[in-house]
Amino acid sequence: MPNNETHFGAPRSRVDGRLKVTGAAKYAGEFIAPDLAHGYVVSGAIAKGRIAAIDTAEAEKVPGVLRIFTHRNRPTTAWLNRSYRDAVAPPGAPFRPLYDENIVYSGQPVALVVAESFEAARDAAALVRVTYESAPHETNLRNRLAEAYVPPKERAGIDPPPNPRGDAGAAYAAAPAKVESGYHVAPEHHNPMEPHASTVVWEGDGKLIIHDKIQGAQNTHDYVTSVFSLPQKDVRVLSPFVGGAFGSGLRPQYQLFLAVMASLELKRSVRVVLTRDQMFTFGYRPDTIQTLALGANPDGRLQAIRHEAIAGTSPFEDYQEVVVNWSGLAYHCDNVDLKYRLAKIDTYTPLDMRAPGAPLGMFALESGMDELAHALKLDPLELRLRNYAEMDQNTGKQFSSKELRAAYQLGAERFGWARRNPAPRSMREGHELIGWGMATGVWEAGMQQASARATLTADGRLEVATATADIGTGTYTILTQIGADAFGLRMEDVTARIGDSSLPASPIEGGSWTAASAGSAVQAACYAVRETLFRYARRMENSPLANADSDHVLFAEGRIALLNDPSRFVTIADAMRAGGVDRIEQEETTAPDKGALSRFSPYTHAAVFVEVRVDEELGAVRVTRVVDAIAAGRIINPKTARSQIIGGVVFGLGMALTEESMLDHRLGRFMNHNLAEYHVPANADIREIDVLFVEEDENRTNPLGVKGLGEIGIVGTAAAVANAVFHATGKRIRELPITIDKLLD
Amino acid sequence: MPVNPATPGVAAAPSAGSSPVAHHTITLTVNGTQRRMEVAPWTTLLDLLREQMELTGTKKGCDHGQCGACTVLVNGQRINSCLALAVSKDGAEVVTVEGLAMDGTLHPVQAAFIEQDAFQCGYCTPGQICSAVGLLKEGHARNADEIRELMSGNICRCGAYPNIVAAIEQAMQQAGGSAR
Repeated sequence: MPNNETHFGAPRSRVDGRLKVTGAAKYAGEFIAPDLAHGYVVSGAIAKGRIAAIDTAEAEKVPGVLRIFTHRNRPTTAWLNRSYRDAVAPPGAPFRPLYDENIVYSGQPVALVVAESFEAARDAAALVRVTYESAPHETNLRNRLAEAYVPPKERAGIDPPPNPRGDAGAAYAAAPAKVESGYHVAPEHHNPMEPHASTVVWEGDGKLIIHDKIQGAQNTHDYVTSVFSLPQKDVRVLSPFVGGAFGSGLRPQYQLFLAVMASLELKRSVRVVLTRDQMFTFGYRPDTIQTLALGANPDGRLQAIRHEAIAGTSPFEDYQEVVVNWSGLAYHCDNVDLKYRLAKIDTYTPLDMRAPGAPLGMFALESGMDELAHALKLDPLELRLRNYAEMDQNTGKQFSSKELRAAYQLGAERFGWARRNPAPRSMREGHELIGWGMATGVWEAGMQQASARATLTADGRLEVATATADIGTGTYTILTQIGADAFGLRMEDVTARIGDSSLPASPIEGGSWTAASAGSAVQAACYAVRETLFRYARRMENSPLANADSDHVLFAEGRIALLNDPSRFVTIADAMRAGGVDRIEQEETTAPDKGALSRFSPYTHAAVFVEVRVDEELGAVRVTRVVDAIAAGRIINPKTARSQIIGGVVFGLGMALTEESMLDHRLGRFMNHNLAEYHVPANADIREIDVLFVEEDENRTNPLGVKGLGEIGIVGTAAAVANAVFHATGKRIRELPITIDKLLD
Repeated sequence: MPVNPATPGVAAAPSAGSSPVAHHTITLTVNGTQRRMEVAPWTTLLDLLREQMELTGTKKGCDHGQCGACTVLVNGQRINSCLALAVSKDGAEVVTVEGLAMDGTLHPVQAAFIEQDAFQCGYCTPGQICSAVGLLKEGHARNADEIRELMSGNICRCGAYPNIVAAIEQAMQQAGGSAR
């Protein structure tokens, strides 16, 4: 059946916009329940050791305190590690809050105070006295490099580095031009604006409704039912709005465990909200130390790439992400050797953070490419074009589509790249040095199996439903667009329902795969409803569509009309009447095409161009202009799509210039655990960000032809900033963030 | 004004259960409705709004005055409600994000935020909007650079800043001011 595309590709305002600008959108810590009790977490003070004693007597005297949970009085929960492993857990033994007296990282929750009011719980929490026996800890990754290991068990969905190809060692030794350096990006914390929170509503008789900050309600549902051995049907998880997550909400966090535990024990509703400080007491972007070597011919053609990364992980889990593999697929090179290893430090397990691994690995690769271009006196963009990868050499597959050349060209034109004087320190205005840098971005364009339900009623209203989330990405809006187009409806006739574990199964919202996964499922469900309705319409008495086949009709304005004669039509209401129904509800499941994926590699690409101004005396860096040209297949909603890229770029600017979670290795603790000392970009840090989407025909890996946008915006950005800083100052900074001290050094 | 009248049971409930600490009676005009409240001396204006008055449009992002998510208008001025003890605001007029729309019509700043896609997750949005309304009233921002500077107390982790600036410029132009 031909599709109406009124909304697909059109800039639509967010359908949840009104709820968000009026304060009516409710987040996890804002739902209420009769008799709601408040939990406050007591955080541990040492990095490693054991709790020798815990004295709650003073705290219990605080009026309003209901119960103080510690490892000594916690209820029994599931025995096996696998019961605690959520949908995206890496291999290992997941952390169990209040499990025993052992302390395995600084900030570990050691008690939960539950009281009648938030203030009483907070007050009492300050009176819990914990005595520790410390053990030696190590949080400095550099001191553990000698013990680095290849993870014995791979994390699902994370490809290990490909086998070496060619002979990178010999090719590097023989290459006339070489660069080799170490690179480091500081650990970062996600810091969504909404602190992690869970409101557990006790419905009586062991039944719970849980409002959780999570990027997939079903992940929370499955974790809770598994850990607390609850019947599937007794738990329903709702997360209609998620106040940012960026990966921090992929895994259920400890406040969920504590709130559920307290609710089940007290048989009443309990809310636990973490403080901003406590937002630094779980996952983070891992400390990763890299070395990169590039060998090239004088014309710039790459002869050898060696890229190695060692990343920190916790004592209890082997967190893994893709850091070095990008170096094997971003450019053509026949001699490539990539290595990725882990080393254990005494922190919590790292956690996927926006484009996990990619901005780290691409920072090294794209800095190295810039160094190589400078060494060879080649334009950095020209060097990249000379090494353009026509296929994914890591797997030997063709790209499903790749319009990176067009992105380079359009981005360069918009930026004015051709006017760049290649010499560092060649542009200046007053006391500021001006630099232009660029970099390539690449991220996977995934699709996961997902199910969705579409319900059309005789009044011409449509509901589409799937258990995915909208963490600010615009999922509500694009699912509404897809549904509206299937039936030629107005946006306001369509309701998208998500963020509810009872809806048809959907994967966690992550990996930039939601548009392709949930979107395809919604479209399939709508098409199924459409076929049913068309069948009814044809068999209506004297139906003008009686002899039409589905390729010759169009759904529009509440009707099914003949394509070549729109005056001949059947209304939705009449068709339903003919079928003897007043609603049609169908559920469909879509999954990636394994055949296509065996032949094609789906990736999203970006070409990022950045202008910086560096105060020569103060060393302060301002990013005054960014052009990000994106090749990401078809764009469902240019308005929300642009916002996704802008958001990714801002994340990248933070990584480049300001964000750094600082560990004090003597205490083994992240010290700048607040938003005054952990610097996420503020409004005044951000100037023009120009986003371009290039035409890209993607018809191989998902029915919608989309690739996802949540992550590609960050990937090349930090490298482009560092390259621009080099162009401005002549200083090559290989350790992010580029703070003033590094430039005045 | 789209405001619910005070619910006596809620308003009178002491915030710390059976706490013996003396509660203070204060009068606040919140979104146009005058309410008498019993508050504990340690209760912040933010917690009073969110926990006792169920006005959860005002957000808690850091509770330290560092992120601006809790911005409300007190006597017309934008403040961080997490840094204000409720007892210190006796007699004040408070406007939260819930009180900006009139009879179902969005405030021009709210409408501009939707039109310019000036938010993603929406959590910092009420604070951004209240801050922008305060900014317009102050009349200090004359161009985009000044908007950026004077809106830097409100962090948006989704990075919607360029669109926030565009939305404020739009609202400013509608109000007859100059933004560029």
